[in-house]
Amino acid sequence: MAAESKLLTMRDAIASHVPSGSMVLLGAQLEQMIPFAAGHELIRQSRRDLTLVGPISDILFDQLIGAGCVSRVMAAWVGNVSAGVGYCFRRAVERSIPRRLEVVDYSNFTLALALHAGALGVPFLPTYATLGSDLVKKNGNLREFSSPVSEERLVAVRALRPDVAILHVQRSDAQGNAHIWGSLGVAVDGARAARKVIVVAEEIVEPSVITSDPNRTLIPGFLVAAVVHEPGGAHPSPVQGYYGRDHAFFTEYHEQTRRLEDFEDWLARWIMHVTDRTEYWKHLGASRVEALAVKEHAFSAPADFGY
Amino acid sequence: MARSEANLAARGHTFGELMVAAAAREIADGELVFVGMRLPMLAFLVARRTHAPSAVGLFENGVLRETPSSELLYTMGDPPNLRGATQCGAMLDVMGLLQQGRVDVGFLGAAEVDRFGNLNTTWGHRNKEMQRLPGSGGACDIACLARRTVVLLAHDRPRLCDRVGHITSPGFGTGKGWRRGQGLPPASGPSAIITTLGVLRFGHDGEAFLASVHPGVSVEEVLANTGWTLRVADELTETEPPSDAELGVMRELDPNHFWTR
Repeated sequence: MAAESKLLTMRDAIASHVPSGSMVLLGAQLEQMIPFAAGHELIRQSRRDLTLVGPISDILFDQLIGAGCVSRVMAAWVGNVSAGVGYCFRRAVERSIPRRLEVVDYSNFTLALALHAGALGVPFLPTYATLGSDLVKKNGNLREFSSPVSEERLVAVRALRPDVAILHVQRSDAQGNAHIWGSLGVAVDGARAARKVIVVAEEIVEPSVITSDPNRTLIPGFLVAAVVHEPGGAHPSPVQGYYGRDHAFFTEYHEQTRRLEDFEDWLARWIMHVTDRTEYWKHLGASRVEALAVKEHAFSAPADFGY
Repeated sequence: MARSEANLAARGHTFGELMVAAAAREIADGELVFVGMRLPMLAFLVARRTHAPSAVGLFENGVLRETPSSELLYTMGDPPNLRGATQCGAMLDVMGLLQQGRVDVGFLGAAEVDRFGNLNTTWGHRNKEMQRLPGSGGACDIACLARRTVVLLAHDRPRLCDRVGHITSPGFGTGKGWRRGQGLPPASGPSAIITTLGVLRFGHDGEAFLASVHPGVSVEEVLANTGWTLRVADELTETEPPSDAELGVMRELDPNHFWTR
């Protein structure tokens, strides 16, 4: 008998698996494959007191913070990769608007190690990174210690186990066995460190497609609680082989969120008055969608698994 | 930047192009380079296409490249940076190389750098009000672990300050012996600060000094725009302007001076 499908709509996946107060990993693949559609659904469902975890999550963290969903952020970098600062992040940290935000500052490496420790099931991992910095002084999850096997000082990076990792992927089967290629970042460790995974896929494929190329299966389905088929769900971030990065969207966001009232307009226009990703994609307009389409495909050479 | 345009008319290059050329020369052939975006990205490509054809670039999203991408990149995750890459691994793969001491040089930007090369990208201030900045990203890791670190930034008194308010990424701390005392790897630390006015390097005591001024810039101007009493090298030189070959690569990749105003 075939395994039961884990396919859910985005609305149901968020409703079932991401309650208020959750620790959520987003943006594991850095500038690529940021799960914007899932983040927008968190905003529409008015989640509160989320802890966001991610190396960077570009403007998705900024949007969630501005919408009041977040009480804590554990990240290496929060802002707008195209323009620098994120205004909602700044308003929250500097003036507690719309609410107080606790920031736990990591570096990229220490955040990756925290998830790796979570994935390995150990309480911490050692590193030289952040020694001498103010990060190690202010982040309680980075603790200096003396090496038990050498005469050295190191930083112990405490393991992180997010409640849920939301990972955008190129393709998945209905059980959540997922292929990712291109920018991996901390996605593999993130999936294993998290207590559950929501896979958001550009395409749903037959299991035989996944098993034809098992090296590319970076998330095994047994870790996955829900699979959402959401083409275009990472816009304005890129998905290798599916669509490019909408650079202008990031600079427009920067210009259109400088003042609080402008952000509220932006939020209404792009999230609150948009029911789902299909409508969002229509809202973008045909010419913009066309401009982001893959212009020249570049398929990898097939790997022979025969014997 | 009106002055940069004037410089372009008078000397045939912009400040940005001069900074990129100076940064490119910090890369030796065969080196493993932790590449940042914007100017360092261009510097890496210029080095590859001129004096360092076998330099290898690493990006913190896990990408390793030996050939330039076909298009100008805005972020390291842009699709052209992944197509034609030699390897797309995980962040820990490239961070592991960094921690092993295999990365020769890493490039960083900063909101503030101080006389010992410490960097701040976490807290800025304007009119006495604290401004929250994006944070470290991979900068702290690179500053801790790369064999050499090169910093690029615009030269003014707020940016080049006596002591940074927050050490996001450590340089030489408070001077000689500080990095060792903190437990940082022995062969690591800042090697140059390339600004819009000149190039600073570091003495054995860990303090920065002015090593070269850019063409058309006076030492007095550099000192007046630096927030501490900056030492000047006995053999102060003028920064070598970009060569035609270097400018050719930059203008092919950035024809509208998007990054190199």
